[in-house]
Amino acid sequence: MSIEVRIPTILRPFTQDQKSVSVDGTTLQEIVDDLEKSYPGIGARLLENGALRRFINVYINDEDVRFLDGLNSIIKDGDSITILPAVAGG
Amino acid sequence: MLSIPRQYVDAILQQSRDEYPDEACGVILGPAGSGSAERLKAMVNAAHSPTFYEFDPRDLLALYREVDDADEEIVVIYHSHTDTEAFPSRTDIAYAGEPGSHYVLVSTRAEIAPEVEFRSFRIINGNVSEEEVSITD
Repeated sequence: MSIEVRIPTILRPFTQDQKSVSVDGTTLQEIVDDLEKSYPGIGARLLENGALRRFINVYINDEDVRFLDGLNSIIKDGDSITILPAVAGG
Repeated sequence: MLSIPRQYVDAILQQSRDEYPDEACGVILGPAGSGSAERLKAMVNAAHSPTFYEFDPRDLLALYREVDDADEEIVVIYHSHTDTEAFPSRTDIAYAGEPGSHYVLVSTRAEIAPEVEFRSFRIINGNVSEEEVSITD
């Protein structure tokens, strides 16, 4: 099952500048694992100690995964995933 | 260098005063690849805090979709500091996720200081470099 993941500018150095990539997985964790397999190094930019980094937002379609099941969120055929850096600071 | 119309400088300072004591934030958009600051969009500070700002995650997704659909880019990301200088804080640097954008900081302490503080920076891989601001009429 191929899922489209939209990659933010700051992570495009890992994806040879591609704005979106196709990966496989049925949960967000599997998607992240497959991203890391295809684009080594990207996983560490998304996860810290096995959890999503505070300043990375991941959406399944329109929904922030923090309001779903985080890394355990289920991905269905046709879903679209968007990764965005939080715009935040002090 | 950041080139910015005076009306946007005035609007950002006014928003910062209006939202004081919370930090104010927003973006200026422009045609993709142009680097031209043409469309100001104030954003809600979901943190409602004098020491932190954050775009609401839903607003953030909507913003990026809008930018993509209109073939635009985020030229400027701005926010206010309420009582400290208009210079990126450690948190600002840690969170800076748009290497192609100008990070504009203003300080509302200008209310009590003789000079308005309106400064622009690039923040790339944790490195901060200040740049000249050219205000156009």
